[in-house]
Amino acid sequence: MCTTCGCGGGELKIGGKPHVHGHDQGELRFRRPNHEHSHEPVHGETSRRVQVEKDILAKNNAYAQNNRQHFATQGIFALNLVSSPGSGKTTLLTRTIELLQGELPVAVIEGDQQTSFDAERIRATGVSAIQINTGKGCHLDAHMIEHALEDLKPADHSLLFIENVGNLVCPASFDLGEAHKVVILSVTEGEDKPLKYPDMFAAAGLMLLNKVDLLPYLSFDVQKCVEYAQRVNPHIRVILTSATSGEGMGEWLAWLRSRGA
Amino acid sequence: MHEMSLAESVLEIIENSAAQHDSNKVHAVWLEIGQLAGVEVEAMRFCFDAVTRGSIADGARLEIIATPGRGRCLSCGKSMPLIERYDLCPECDMPLEVTGGTEMRVKELEME
Repeated sequence: MCTTCGCGGGELKIGGKPHVHGHDQGELRFRRPNHEHSHEPVHGETSRRVQVEKDILAKNNAYAQNNRQHFATQGIFALNLVSSPGSGKTTLLTRTIELLQGELPVAVIEGDQQTSFDAERIRATGVSAIQINTGKGCHLDAHMIEHALEDLKPADHSLLFIENVGNLVCPASFDLGEAHKVVILSVTEGEDKPLKYPDMFAAAGLMLLNKVDLLPYLSFDVQKCVEYAQRVNPHIRVILTSATSGEGMGEWLAWLRSRGA
Repeated sequence: MHEMSLAESVLEIIENSAAQHDSNKVHAVWLEIGQLAGVEVEAMRFCFDAVTRGSIADGARLEIIATPGRGRCLSCGKSMPLIERYDLCPECDMPLEVTGGTEMRVKELEME
């Protein structure tokens, strides 16, 4: 399996098409630090120690930087939506798209291990969407996004939503070139999620606390949840939303229109 | 299990570096992994063994240097060790901004 470059051993699919080897592997080079040099051998006569000092995520970050540059050139506002499975992010997304209809061009990249159900739900709203199936992969990476963009071709000055694989752990480490990670947490999940999965909440610029229409039926402590999120990320902004009742949707849309200002 | 992706990236860095130094055998690998980097060290070892099998780093010793987490209090500005991201400043009871311990890098290789 090669989930790093997205070749996925034949399991990765973008827009339903298998992603095959033979693409531009090796085209992007790691930045070579100036201080890479050989040391004297230490173990045995023929072995030597070599200083490397390379970031493990350098390759992904280079792809992410290319994506970010592409978004900047085209004036695209890209968001990376992250959450656990079942937080209601696809429903929230379809509702958001309906409310923005005619105002802003929107495009969506959907990430799931299997099926194109979510991309179909998005396309039913009338906007273009492409599905990435990661096969066994647990997150989207910047290289997959680069390929998806080739097919999706989002319009200039559009809003691009990247719905990551439902997973509160792995997507935290992978920059896709987005302007912000937006973490969606539903009130049916428990208020201590920000402490249990701190890396994701630390990486996000905005938390949408979703399904708040259900609060009367739950013992979810909103204040505590917000406090926990701010403990791992003092700068995180929080909006309470419900795609069902419409609560908080105005504030969320205002945030989108202001491009996260 | 993003450690699998990370291990794949480590192998690629090893292969590039070995090629640059005209080596076809790597005996040991030093990784620096911050304690707040979101990497499970045991999973990393497991994945490293899996992805290096049959490669120039097959059987290589993996040394993991764990760099400690550090944070800075947003209230008093003091820098202090940070074990968990959610730790608070013991004096101010305020959240800390992470200033260290998120590194993930291949530091050094021992090669033929």
